[in-house]
Amino acid sequence: MAGIIRCRGVCKIFDSRRGSVPALQDVNLEIAAGEFVTIVGASGCGKSTLLRLIAGLETVTSGEIEAVGARVHGPGAERAMVFQNYSLYPWLTVMGNIKFPRQLSVHNRDSTSSDVEAASGRADALLQLMGLSAVETAFPAQLSGGMQQRVAIARALMTRPRVLLMDEPFGALDAQTREVMHDLILHVCALEKCSVVFVTHDVEEAIYLGHRVVLMAPQPGRVECVYNVPLGSTRDQEMKHTREFLHLKGQILARIRDTCGVRTDLELLQKLSRA
Amino acid sequence: MSGGRGWVIRGWISPASYWTLAVVGLVLPVAAWLLVSSSGAINPVFLPGPSAVVHRVAAWFDDGDLLSDIRISFFRVLAGWALSAVIAMPLGLLIGTFRRIQALLEPLTDFIRYMPAVAFIPLVMLWVGIDESAKVAIIFIGTFFQMVLMVAEDVRRVPMAQIEAAQTMGATRAEVIEKVIIPSAKPALLDTLRITMGWAWTYLVVAELVAANSGLGYAIVKAQRFLQTDKIFAGIILIGLIGLAMDQFFRWAHRAAFPWLHGRN
Repeated sequence: MAGIIRCRGVCKIFDSRRGSVPALQDVNLEIAAGEFVTIVGASGCGKSTLLRLIAGLETVTSGEIEAVGARVHGPGAERAMVFQNYSLYPWLTVMGNIKFPRQLSVHNRDSTSSDVEAASGRADALLQLMGLSAVETAFPAQLSGGMQQRVAIARALMTRPRVLLMDEPFGALDAQTREVMHDLILHVCALEKCSVVFVTHDVEEAIYLGHRVVLMAPQPGRVECVYNVPLGSTRDQEMKHTREFLHLKGQILARIRDTCGVRTDLELLQKLSRA
Repeated sequence: MSGGRGWVIRGWISPASYWTLAVVGLVLPVAAWLLVSSSGAINPVFLPGPSAVVHRVAAWFDDGDLLSDIRISFFRVLAGWALSAVIAMPLGLLIGTFRRIQALLEPLTDFIRYMPAVAFIPLVMLWVGIDESAKVAIIFIGTFFQMVLMVAEDVRRVPMAQIEAAQTMGATRAEVIEKVIIPSAKPALLDTLRITMGWAWTYLVVAELVAANSGLGYAIVKAQRFLQTDKIFAGIILIGLIGLAMDQFFRWAHRAAFPWLHGRN
């Protein structure tokens, strides 16, 4: 399988007034076409930075990132991104948001009337697929958080991106809504055959969704290790209680604890409780 | 407990009680004014009664000056404010969008906005003359620099996620500005226009200090010379009423133009 995203020796240093902060150090990662890769790690490990570099929203300090056969120099329509929140356009209806990419010149170059028709058909199909038909004419402010994220995903998929980048897209949702969204996103991405890079801080989410789980560690941000998820390509909620699942979850959580730099000092705790 | 419900922090009250309280809030000071002035404790030169003010307004109207005074003041305020808006909107958009332009212009604007508009009168007379454009220029100086900074702030408040989402959908820089930043900032921009319109009215009296012979501000200044306290009151109250009407108009326009902000259900 050819890598649809390749990161080679990626370093990122943020310059601030108090000096430069190394956010990522020598990250090497290859993601195959059609693959669903999740990235987890303690806060400050640079997982969101890596995603933003792939999206082209930040530039690498050194190293290079290649996506869909070309070096990344900035954002591009073949790499759609879904944000945690506040990315919908509140002045547009649900349908208006989903069709927003059609307003952009990249998606309208020499488009014929049949293209316009096809796009309109795709918008309708995405609306149904994401279960949004009933709220087509509603404004985002009238929707629940889960529904808003469905609109954001439908909008990102509108232009058939090769890669879908998701930055903690379900982080602001409650646990039940999140489970529904998990099955929905797996279903939709299998149907659309797009590759997904999914950043989360929830290990269970990372295992349930990913073909592979990339574990990153902080100070400096780096890829610590990569786990293959020993579950088939079709997932269901029952799998979360299997031995393989729980074993991997325990393994990853232990590794994150090791890398987060906080030690539980029992002696110190006893001193504190005595005082 | 029902007595305490109206005092819930940021709590809800019914439209009926809202309007009742609003009317009470407006009527109470007028009633107090009526009471104090009719008691005879204060010389009407210092505090004329409401009826004296109403009579003064009627006489002003009968002279035929009132409507032309309102018309000319309205024109001056509107012209100075609109001129500010036409320049401040694009300039503020650029300041709020590009850091280079912000660095170039924002400290300068901050510096100028602290200069008192009144102090510019001699310069305006020297540069612009003493005709209508001088009055418009004073109102412009009073509102423009504040307006630029407020527009820039409105533009900066557009959530970064909205901008970045458009970029990852393939939007060009011009498309991000046209299709995301401007529509996203529009409600805040209309509020900025509403607020600066209020400031433009407060600069009217200052503007009509410059060789004016008509207008509400001029009428107040002239009444001061003749110690016509009732006419001063009449002028001030008229300006307040016009401002209130304009404000309500802007609020209505906000609801009409941005249904997604108001049509919660």
